[in-house]
Amino acid sequence: MRLCSRFSVPVFVLATLCLALSLSIRDCRAASLGDVLRIPGGVVNSGQADSIVRGAKAIGKTFQDITPEQEYYIGRAVAATILQSYRPYPDEEANRYLNVLGQSLAQASDRPETFGGYHFLILDSEEINAFAAPGGLILVTRGMLRLCRDEDQVAAVLAHEIGHIKGRHGLRAIRTSRLTTAFTVLAAEGAKNFGGSQVAQLTEAFEGSVSDVTATLTNSGYSRELEREADQEAVAILIRIGYDPGALSSMLQEMDKRMVRSGPGFAKTHPDPKDRVQAIGARAGTSSRTAPPPERKKRFDLFMSKV
Amino acid sequence: MSKSRMLPMIIVVLFVAATAGAALEVMSVQVKNGQLRSSPSFLAGPVAEVAYCDPVEVLRQQGDWMEVNAPGGKKGWIHQSALTKKKMSLGAGGKNPELGASSDEVALAGKGFNADVESRYRTAHRSVDFAWVDRMELMRISPEETVAFLRDGGVKPQAGGVK
Repeated sequence: MRLCSRFSVPVFVLATLCLALSLSIRDCRAASLGDVLRIPGGVVNSGQADSIVRGAKAIGKTFQDITPEQEYYIGRAVAATILQSYRPYPDEEANRYLNVLGQSLAQASDRPETFGGYHFLILDSEEINAFAAPGGLILVTRGMLRLCRDEDQVAAVLAHEIGHIKGRHGLRAIRTSRLTTAFTVLAAEGAKNFGGSQVAQLTEAFEGSVSDVTATLTNSGYSRELEREADQEAVAILIRIGYDPGALSSMLQEMDKRMVRSGPGFAKTHPDPKDRVQAIGARAGTSSRTAPPPERKKRFDLFMSKV
Repeated sequence: MSKSRMLPMIIVVLFVAATAGAALEVMSVQVKNGQLRSSPSFLAGPVAEVAYCDPVEVLRQQGDWMEVNAPGGKKGWIHQSALTKKKMSLGAGGKNPELGASSDEVALAGKGFNADVESRYRTAHRSVDFAWVDRMELMRISPEETVAFLRDGGVKPQAGGVK
């Protein structure tokens, strides 16, 4: 007891000092530029200072600052825009199969949860193509699906698209100026209701963002680096879930045989399949491909009969 | 034990006691429908649902999964991609209208690119039809369905699917 009373005061003082020090460090971080600009008698008033700080913060923001909710709205509009050029293939059972398979793969990815979840749709087109709209809306053509020889290859195609969603590759296509506009409007208004001009500015930034992403998906394509990233994520998903990772390489080789390099669709927006197979490397070689179990083959055959 | 060795021990005990309370980090649900599962695996069955903006208390982490306490006495594992460290505010008219979006620690739900912006976009682009996008979203697959699909097809996830 004597010991306790003897040391309790110094210990209390020490703990208080630690707490005070940590609080003051936090306050320093929080204050910074705003307080400097708000010095009494300075050249700017407090409202202007706040505005400068907010503007600076907005400029520093990138696609990574887009919330999953906003990504969801961009993705919806991108998918709707792509669906202007491609007719949906409405077969209920075929789309159900694609969704169960796709959902299983998405759950095994590094990003199983998006704001609105993953959803898949078959496009009624002979073109060999697939699109991943931000947030998890994935569109695959009948032409692409008809190239698949088994369920593992369909899984490889979907896993590659999931890889693009996981990496938020679509959002990287959005021009910084659009994001700066959107974030500046948000920062300036805070929790207050938007006025008409702010909503107009936001809508314009939204239109531009949707157009940037759609143009990349349908025309210019992603960089080789992002395609490699999506392939690597696909291989990781296939291995994790128990599909043959060699299915991705074999599917790419199949595409290489069938695609006209100067043609539309996938050939136009993706690097040469041969280069991609090489980049995937030994981790997902094609040599070990074995026949799928009977039940898997049966449901795949049923699916293909509808596609 | 000598008195000189007791002091550092007391300080350590006090620090541990002080940090134990702070270890329960609070995060927010950043997806529309989040699921709490019975164990840290995509193969585990769901035990409860959490809603957008729900605050959750993180009890522990295993890989990419977090065991959390959620409002209403709910408890379970959720993947970290469903959570954000930011506090979520419902924005104008919501629970915390005093919070501003200028704070980097707060995300305003329903602000920025939202349903209102989409509605304006649709008015300006009448030819863009969202009907199939809405239909896509109606196709919902339960965790039980995916587990049955994998099992029936002889697809065997690695190490019980802990990821």
